[in-house]
Amino acid sequence: MNWLKPSWQAVLAILLCLVALALGAMSKPEAAALADPAASFDYSYFGLKTPMIGLAVLAGLISMLRISSLAEAVVLFIGAHLVAWMLISGITGFEGTALAPYFLLLAAAWLLAWRCVAVLSGLRPTAKGERMALRLIIPAIFGAWILIIWEAVTRGAGIPFILLPPPSAIGARIARSLPVLGADVRQTIFKAVIFGYVVGSSAGFLVAIAADRVPFLRRGLLPIGNMVSALPIIGVAPIMVMWFGFDWPSKAAVVIIMTFFPMLVNTVAGLAASGHMERDLMRTYASSYWPTLLKLRLPAAAPFIFNALKINSTLALIGAIVAEFFGTPVVGMGFRISTEVGRMNIDMVWAEIAVAALAGSVFYGVVALIERAVTFWHPSVRGG
Amino acid sequence: MDSFRDKLIPVTSILLGVVVLWYIFAVVLNAPFQRDLDRRANETSGTVEFIGKTLSQPKPTLPAPHQVAVNFFENTFLRPITSTRSLVYNAWVTLSSTLLGFAFGTALGIIIAVGIVHVATLDRSLMPWIIASQTIPILAVAPMIIVVLAAIGVTGLIPKAMISTYLSFFPVTVGMVKGLRSPELMHLDLMHTYNASASQTFWKLRVPASVPFLFTSMKVAVAASLVGAIVGELPTGAVAGIGAKLLAGAYYSQSVDIWSALVAGSVVAALLVMVVGIAGRLVDRAMGGRPA
Repeated sequence: MNWLKPSWQAVLAILLCLVALALGAMSKPEAAALADPAASFDYSYFGLKTPMIGLAVLAGLISMLRISSLAEAVVLFIGAHLVAWMLISGITGFEGTALAPYFLLLAAAWLLAWRCVAVLSGLRPTAKGERMALRLIIPAIFGAWILIIWEAVTRGAGIPFILLPPPSAIGARIARSLPVLGADVRQTIFKAVIFGYVVGSSAGFLVAIAADRVPFLRRGLLPIGNMVSALPIIGVAPIMVMWFGFDWPSKAAVVIIMTFFPMLVNTVAGLAASGHMERDLMRTYASSYWPTLLKLRLPAAAPFIFNALKINSTLALIGAIVAEFFGTPVVGMGFRISTEVGRMNIDMVWAEIAVAALAGSVFYGVVALIERAVTFWHPSVRGG
Repeated sequence: MDSFRDKLIPVTSILLGVVVLWYIFAVVLNAPFQRDLDRRANETSGTVEFIGKTLSQPKPTLPAPHQVAVNFFENTFLRPITSTRSLVYNAWVTLSSTLLGFAFGTALGIIIAVGIVHVATLDRSLMPWIIASQTIPILAVAPMIIVVLAAIGVTGLIPKAMISTYLSFFPVTVGMVKGLRSPELMHLDLMHTYNASASQTFWKLRVPASVPFLFTSMKVAVAASLVGAIVGELPTGAVAGIGAKLLAGAYYSQSVDIWSALVAGSVVAALLVMVVGIAGRLVDRAMGGRPA
């Protein structure tokens, strides 16, 4: 058996395919057609069923041959995704009629994909570019399968639209309502979030510098700042809405309050991060407070400051969106979410959440990129 | 306790400064409305009397600290705790879903962390998503979870607890992964020389090593959990809970009520974080940890 290397995922996948074959009909129309051959029914998977099961079994079998890991991964990748694609495209028009074999095949395809990811995570390429590609591909396959299973299950089992719309419907909704989404993003992110983020973070930074200059202030502010970071600050949202009205300034105010304290605490911690040796060196240079701050202590604090900026990027979005639940003009992401939930347009809510997630990731990514550029000297960036 | 005494004076003086500033702002912010009232009533009042009035409006723009304190005291201690206006009752409603969600979230976080540490495939495929999910404004999903679950007949504690779970499991997962990986190579090699099985290494080395990380991340998680529960109460027009108090206060412009609800939320948060911290210290001592 030198040419065979069994894996439990592939074996299980083949077994599931065989069970699916034995159970027969994939969907209710097909079962009806099988029961009454005289009548002609239009049913799903008319010609697709045999190729689908065959493909899954074949991919499983080939993957267990003693071939190179890369070839195995490619075979599994193609097999799993072709089967999944045929499954999903076959159910179109027959939503909610799937029977057990449908889900068995889905599980089989998922197992093949799992095996594929397992093989890929076992690879140890030497080239830097290949390692980078692997680090992207593996999570991408995982993410894709969450969407595939979501789509296949919601459509196969006919889960009510208001409960959980399939990803394809959400995608269509995003494409259809780009102007509305764009207006919401402009209102919430470009007005409230950016303004609040910049003002809140710089205020926290400046107060931290002041606290650094005055030790009395530092000893008092640090415990308070640590304490405040555990409090549900988001609760000030209704007060800010009362003070600054419904439009974006009230949201920006919430964001300012939420981003102030993480920045304060982290900057104060960062300013204490430079070593004694370096500070002594600066003293031997007869460097006074400000040159020491600018040339030694602020660069040393940069990792901490960027950590706060990253935390704040998420907090700012949350603050602005939740503040909109307390009242807005008729535009904005939080407003859209709360009203569309009320109108049971769940696909629009999901579209808004997808946009928020994208915006959050981009925001975070930009801060992370700037961090890499600024703290190029730090071991965590430099180390390969 | 030297450091404690070092901190005490600065902290109290800064807090005092905040209170003084608060009073000044209360007078300044409430003054325009009071002037308006006085003009309508054709009254002229001296400066001291005027300031006194600005600090005792029924619906002030910024309630003075003593107004908040009185309201908080009345609603906490003077009302029967079964009353829907009692802050104790509302805090308890929020607290119960916080705790349920926190328990689920911690359990889920630990399970995922164990999976990530032991299954290479999960580490490579799931971990990037967990980190990416930190960048997503998750709270935005809160209203949808509530309303959708209400549509299929699940109401009350569970939906709010789910939001808390969702918010609290990320910190625990990240902290536990770090903690379970914290044993050094030396210690792992030592376990190897003892011919320890994977489960023995796990229970006798990795788990004890991860406990400090667990409690640190649990402190973050319990605070996040409370925020989740409060936000979870907003969209339903919930009948009870700190979030509901905030919302009701916003609808009826009862600013004093909002502030005292905010104070109640902060007290609950501080207590929760403190309890987790004390539990962490007790566990640490029970495991034989010595203060470093």
